[in-house]
Order: sequence, then structure tokens, then C-alpha cells
Amino acid sequence: MQTTAVVIGAGHAGLAMSHCLTARSIDHVVLERGEVANSWKTERWDSLRLLTPNWQSRLPGYGYEGGDPDGFRSMPETIRFIEGYAKSFSAPVRTQTKVTSVESDGAGYRISTDQGEWRSRIVVLANGACNVPVVPALATALPPDIRTLTVREYRNPSQIEPGGVLVVGASASGTQIGEELQRANRPVTLAVGEHIRAPRTYRGRDIKWWMDAAGVMNDRYDEIDDIVRARNVPSLQLAGSDDRRTIDLNRLTGLGVRLVGRLAGVAGSKLQFSGSLRNVCEMSDLKMNRLLERIDEWATANGMDGEAEPPHRFEPTRVEAAPPVNLDVRSSGIRTVLWAAGFRPDFSWLQVPVLDHKGRLKHDGGVVAPGMYVLGLPFLRRRKSSLIDGAADDARDLFAHLTAHLDGRTTLSPATS
Amino acid sequence: MSTTKNKPVDNGVNVAALLAARQALTEAPAAAQFKWRATCDWVKGTHSRTTVENFFGLGEEQKHRAKFTFDADHPEIFASEDHGATPVEIVLAGLASCLTAGIAAVAQNREIQLRSVKATLEGGMDLQGILGIDSDVRNGFDGIKVTYTIDADATPEELRALVAQSQKRSAVYDIVTNPTNVTVDVRPA
Repeated sequence: MQTTAVVIGAGHAGLAMSHCLTARSIDHVVLERGEVANSWKTERWDSLRLLTPNWQSRLPGYGYEGGDPDGFRSMPETIRFIEGYAKSFSAPVRTQTKVTSVESDGAGYRISTDQGEWRSRIVVLANGACNVPVVPALATALPPDIRTLTVREYRNPSQIEPGGVLVVGASASGTQIGEELQRANRPVTLAVGEHIRAPRTYRGRDIKWWMDAAGVMNDRYDEIDDIVRARNVPSLQLAGSDDRRTIDLNRLTGLGVRLVGRLAGVAGSKLQFSGSLRNVCEMSDLKMNRLLERIDEWATANGMDGEAEPPHRFEPTRVEAAPPVNLDVRSSGIRTVLWAAGFRPDFSWLQVPVLDHKGRLKHDGGVVAPGMYVLGLPFLRRRKSSLIDGAADDARDLFAHLTAHLDGRTTLSPATS
Repeated sequence: MSTTKNKPVDNGVNVAALLAARQALTEAPAAAQFKWRATCDWVKGTHSRTTVENFFGLGEEQKHRAKFTFDADHPEIFASEDHGATPVEIVLAGLASCLTAGIAAVAQNREIQLRSVKATLEGGMDLQGILGIDSDVRNGFDGIKVTYTIDADATPEELRALVAQSQKRSAVYDIVTNPTNVTVDVRPA
């Protein structure tokens, strides 16, 4: 089958690009391995809610219109929102169509799927940043009677046998699930590596409101100091909830969660943790304070000081004097290890030389190769690139580059805006 | 930076060269593979002498400008002759030097002029471990406390961030905070 553009993935990012293509009547198809919003339907735990407020989902030609702009979507609401987007412009989605390879084909690409082959001049990779849960190599050294599962497999505490749980990773997933398990009487030990602490609300407003207003979310990939580092920054320690609570490490230790350093080794039944816990917490506190400083400066410069609550700082992360660097899984009662160490995208089906030596996709602001684009990766073009709210600007920028390519007037340098 | 400066920051670190090396080694990961080496000769009793001179890196054999030696021994209260620092003090020296070098480099990169940097280190140890008195006590340090006193053109927060970043990037900090496989072979002379 022949078309002008093939978009891989019918999540918010692929649909945002499909909306741009549809608006300009560019012939295309959106290939989806499962159903629209597939990851949200099949790979998320029950209690998860988006960590961005409802209003912060401004897609091209679509957005939130309900009565609770400051609320946080549940998974069913997120799925309905994305399905509604696909329906709103009759996106040409082919569901249950799994891409098995993409190869160069003269002036374009040959896309093989389990439902046949496509040829197109344009390929847009929108299959998401969270395809494969990161599980460290030392996982194989764990005692065989320890049950392990990843965030992708976790649904709710009833899955977890009674006893202690080691949650590895203290970003959004790890802290949210850690809190849920601790409250469900599964004593949690949380292995904490580098993480980004953030309060849910600050000076009377949601942190995401401040970050959006102060332009933090719009920081650009080609203007930031160290883009490699910025793209590896983990998700903010945030949760979406009705009580808008902050789930930083102080809250978790208050609930009885025990903090240990990054899981660094396994020796028999002994788990070894890095002695760097204090420093990763210190770095996170400092980073949060720099963010709050930037917000305060913006508030002052924009005359917000009168209406917003006064600036303040949060208690530093509490770390016990000598956190354990060893724990025996037997004597400590740990029965389960839950990997919440992040995700990586899966591009193993790309038969085009665009991966680096570590299998990561090389791209310049989302431009991968002539006629090939990617959306939805962390800090692709802006700090917000991995969020639903980030897809609009990125899709528009890359769409401009894409149309120029179709018109035969591009180079490889990405569109600027 | 929070302070105004009227002359360029100079901590004696060639940041441009370091950043260029980072870029070069990103493009050529094989050249980033280094081997650090030491040889150690027993002298007498608990006294030994370690020498470093050669190492491997950037794809070939490298050499220090000179041969450096380190005498290690134990103090007289251990019935030794105290010809040098104890090995565990040399570990403290390695940690301090690594963190301090990192502080200078990060400060240069962040345009913070350093005037003085002093680290004080203390490693706690329960000798019941190495003497085999109590098998629940580890041989090594039960903790290391490092205190930096820094005089620089920077706010207290900037100094804390500087020291935090130095820990994040330090080889010796990583070596002492994380497990490392150690293989010791032996053969007849």
C-alpha cells in the first residue's frame, strides 16, 4: 500500500501529527499495534492518574472542555480523552497493526506490519518513550524465591504477597506505588537514585501551572546547557490526586517507608545499596529550590507577588544518619522487588542506521533522517516534549519540516520556531 | 552567578580541554577505556611501597611525568614502625583528592572563582572487624564524614550544588559508595 506519510502509534503524539496532516489533506495512515491509547489501556496500574492537570492537555484542535480544569484524569478518563481526539477528526487509524520493520526505500520508507506492507515518503515514530521497563542487569542475581515485577505489570496491592517490598526507583512511578503499597500494609523499602523532587502546589497554585506560566516547560533543546543530561532527567516526583498531596520522600518516610541508596549490587541473599543517598537527596533539594527561585523571579517580574501566597522553601529531605548499605532479604522480610527504574523506547524494528551504539535513537530536535521524524521523547524539542501538552508545539514544528521535505526544500536541520 | 566579576575566573582548570575531551570520547567510546595500575612491594613488617607510573588510555600506553611512590605502614600503637600513612588513610586521601579536583573543575565550568578549598575527612572504624573479634562488624569504614570549607565567589547554595555535583561525578566517591568486583590472583615468584 502506498501513502504519503505513515505515523506509528495512535497515542496523543501520533494523533497530534495526524491532525496536522489531516488539516493539510496530506494522505496518511496511523498504524497502531493495539487500540487507540493502547499503553494507557493495557500497561498502567489501576490507581494511576495523570500528573498534569486536566487543562494541561492542549492538543492541535483539541483540549479539555470539562468542568474540572485543575483535576487529574484517571486512566479511563485519559483513554476517553485520547479516543475522543481520534474521533474528533476521524484520524485514519489502523488498529491491531503491529509494525515489524521500517527500511529505507529509495526516496522514502518501506514499513512492514503484520497486516501488510506500506510505502511512504514520510515516517513519524510516535510509539512512545515508555515501551520497555528498565530492569538492571543485577536483577538476575536476586534469590529465586523473591518475586519481581515491573511498573508495567503492576496493577494494585492485591497482586503483591504479604511482606516487605523493595521498590527500586523514586521518580513518579516509584513514589506513587511505594505510597500505595505502604498504605496497603506492604512495608516498603525505597531504593533512591537520582530523582527530581517537586511540590504539588506552591504559593497556592499547582506546580505545573507555575512551570507553564514561567516558561520552564518551553525551555528549548537547542538552548539548554546540557541536552544529553536534560533528556535523561527522570520524571518529577508528582502524583495527581483529589487532595493535591505532595509525594516527596519526606511524606513517604512519614508513612513509614524506609529509604536506602540506589540498588548497587546483589550478593547471595544480601542487597547492596549505594552510600550516595544523602547526596542524591541534597542534589534534588537544591534542584527543587532552583526551580522555586525561577518561579519566584518570574512571579515578581510579572506582578504576581500580590495575589500569590508568599515565597517559601520546603523542609530538606530527611535522611537517617546511617542508612543501611546492606539488607538481607530474609531477615528484612522483603518478599517482592518492584522495578520502577524508568522506561526506554523500543526502536529495535528500525532497520535504518539511526541508532547509536547503545541502541538509542539519534535525532536533532525530532528530525531523525530525511523524511523520518520522532515525537514524544523526553526533551525532544522542549522540556514538555514527553507530556501530552508538549505534543502540539513539537508536532507543528516537525510538520513544518515535513511539508518542506515533501516540497523538496529541506536540509536536515530541524525547523525552528 | 549571583556575584559580579571583573576578571575571568581561573581555578587552573582547562575546562575547554575537558569539554573537548568529553566530546571526543563521546564519538570514540573505545578511547575512553582506561586502565589504572599500581605495583606494590613489601618492604618489612607492615611497611610497603606502592609505585604508579604507567597507565593505559586513549587507545595506547601512557606514562606519568614521573614515577610516584607511596609508603604505607601502621602507627606504633599497632606495634608497627609508622613509615607512612595507613592504607585506609590513603583511601581517605584518594577520596579527598578526587572530590577536590572535581570541585575545581565544576567551579571553573560554572565560573565560580575559588580562593581556598579545604576538606577534612574522618572515617569511623570498629577494629573488632579486622581483628576478627566480632564477625558482625565489617572490616572497612562504618561511614566517612567529609567537611569542606570553601572560600569562593558564590552563594552558600551554589557551593552546596558545587560539592554535590563533584560527588556525582567522582570516581573515588563511586568506588567507596558502591560495590566493586575485586579479583586477586597469586603465583609463585
